[in-house]
Amino acid sequence: MTTTAPVKPQNVARSNRKWIIGYSIAGALLYFVYQFLLDWEGLPLGIYDAIYRWMPPAAVNESLVYVIMALGLNIVVGYAGLLDLGYVAFWAIGGYCAGWFMSEFFYFLKIHFFGSVPAEAPGIHINFWLVLIIGGFVCALFGVLIGAPTLRLKSDYLALVTLGFGEIIPQVFFNGENFFGFNISNGTKGIVQVDPIPVGVKNLGPFDFGWKLLIFLFLTAVMVFISLRLRRGRLGRAWLAIREDELAASMMGVPLMRTKLLSYAVGAFAGGLGGVAFATHVNGVYAERFNFAISIFLLAMVVLGGMGNVWGVILGAFVLSWVNGNGLSAFGAFYNDRFGTDVDFASFTFLLFGLVLILMMLFRREGLLPESRLKLVLHEGDIDEEDASRKKAK
Amino acid sequence: MQKFKGTPGQIRRQRIERIGAIFISFVLAAWILVNLLESPQQFAQVAVLGLRNGLLYALIALGYTLVYGIIELINFAHGDLFMLSAVFSSYFITVWFKQDESNPAGWLTFISALFAVMAFGAVINVLIERLAYRRLRNAPRLAPLITAVGMSFLLNFIGLKWNGSTPRQWPTVIPNNDIYIGEVRISMVTILLFVVGVPLLLALNFIVEKTKSGKAMRATAQDKQAAALMGINVNKTIAFTFAIGGAMAGAAGLLYQQSIGTTNYNLGFQLGLIAFTSAVLGGIGNLWGAVVGALLIGLIQGLNDGLPIAFGQQWSQTVVFAILIIILVFKPAGLLGKVTTEKV
Repeated sequence: MTTTAPVKPQNVARSNRKWIIGYSIAGALLYFVYQFLLDWEGLPLGIYDAIYRWMPPAAVNESLVYVIMALGLNIVVGYAGLLDLGYVAFWAIGGYCAGWFMSEFFYFLKIHFFGSVPAEAPGIHINFWLVLIIGGFVCALFGVLIGAPTLRLKSDYLALVTLGFGEIIPQVFFNGENFFGFNISNGTKGIVQVDPIPVGVKNLGPFDFGWKLLIFLFLTAVMVFISLRLRRGRLGRAWLAIREDELAASMMGVPLMRTKLLSYAVGAFAGGLGGVAFATHVNGVYAERFNFAISIFLLAMVVLGGMGNVWGVILGAFVLSWVNGNGLSAFGAFYNDRFGTDVDFASFTFLLFGLVLILMMLFRREGLLPESRLKLVLHEGDIDEEDASRKKAK
Repeated sequence: MQKFKGTPGQIRRQRIERIGAIFISFVLAAWILVNLLESPQQFAQVAVLGLRNGLLYALIALGYTLVYGIIELINFAHGDLFMLSAVFSSYFITVWFKQDESNPAGWLTFISALFAVMAFGAVINVLIERLAYRRLRNAPRLAPLITAVGMSFLLNFIGLKWNGSTPRQWPTVIPNNDIYIGEVRISMVTILLFVVGVPLLLALNFIVEKTKSGKAMRATAQDKQAAALMGINVNKTIAFTFAIGGAMAGAAGLLYQQSIGTTNYNLGFQLGLIAFTSAVLGGIGNLWGAVVGALLIGLIQGLNDGLPIAFGQQWSQTVVFAILIIILVFKPAGLLGKVTTEKV
């Protein structure tokens, strides 16, 4: 039957064009606001203050890093349906890739490769764009290494093993000052000062928020592109099949291990990108930042927006990371000013993220912007129950 | 006639498992032997400490294993329930009843605190089940798991508000004198832990093995529908299971608070994970497995933290999680568990 054929090629092209245009407009708007509008002298002070209070440039950039990560986690959790509770491990590995290859950490070496610092500086200095790719691939490699022995396990055990890795890898970095006699991470001191990003015309230091916004927007776009293309392709359909029914998928000839490993690798790749980007954002790598809560924050972002739907995940990640990083404290300051109270709003993050996870699972499992397919699958049980009650009524 | 031993893949896997198990036990035995010869007195000392922690882990691990056995859910919130119980008991003893030294009044408060905190743990756990997990019983497996993680965050928040964001020191009503067996020092705290903990474990075993509700629990664990057809109230049985698990976590919270003397809002996460590792090590769903696994984990952790030739305390977590991963990869059914294909 030709009428039920999947999406036709020209439709693919059209929908791709659509999101690229929309995304570019939104991105250009953001860039315009933060690069030019904030510097404009004629800007009323009220608006300037409001932007700095509610949405400072650093918060936008950080939110975008979270978006990149959440998109990566979405591939593992949303597409392939494998619960990963240790995603922060990839963030850490990506971050330390930036720390190793873009700083003076290895002071006894002197390797330069299109770096952005003077040639006499000690340490390894590789070009930022190359480090992005290196970080991505190192993470993908680790994803495969972690996944290979464990992906045979079913969902909840897999979640635990990933949780274990998510605890072990940051601890390795945390204690990394003396890792079998080698200093691999500077321990709790962290690696401070990462090279600026070379973009041809200038080198971007930690405070070039506008330019970095552009770079992070570009990385997000790359992740969106990868997610959407993979989702349509053979691999993406295989992931969805596994998510819905592993046994049926394997009976239909989907190679389970390879497909799952690939989802891990692609997800970890995004983690590496985000890790490198975050290291340049905060201009350093600090071991204590990589804790279990981050993994859960990312999971909450994916769940809130809608597992499997790229736009939902972007929305969820943007909103929740803004709330976590800036929104809650800004709201707290506002509220306390207004009503003369002294409530510590920043401490409510746990409550908020916990409630997001619980309430979404109880009442809207498919997320705010649901993916139509997932909605059906997630409410399978309910439909059965409805059928049963209807039969009973008869 | 040749017996069927499985597909080539299965045979290869079995061989890998066997070689891995032999190798790991060999390394473990060598490590213990070297340390034993190096300093036998210190070895015994840290072993006692390790076993003491192991008993605490066992009390928590039972909650995990009971719940997993009956509804196949990893109750991530269980560790945080333990944390809340620890905070509750410190408030009960120190703030509400104002006992801060070891005298008859203090002892009486301790005993009433034991009952109060067990009731507290049971009520909270049943509430969690009633409000969240029960609604998700027919949902895909990811949904209750994510809910459990959310619950853990929620309890964490309550702990944060109740206990404050920094660790808090509490006085203890347990006498702090020691008993010496040879050169090995055994504190009263250790003895008390065993005096309270072991009967609790035995009582739990009695409930599950000998009573009617225990029988209902085992039936529900095997097949919910069939159990319902036999006239078992499945909802009530599951709630009962959560209640027992919560009571055990409550008792563990009191014992922890009284023996260590500090409470912190994020205590539940790490201890909960260690306890879960114990449950997995022993074979999840198996009560005695959880106890054996917990004692083993406590012992290994104690030895690692205290012995001269070991990774040391800063790698404590890594060692425990490495055990978890190795067990899950090589022997998902655990040490005492039965091999089942559905549960793993």
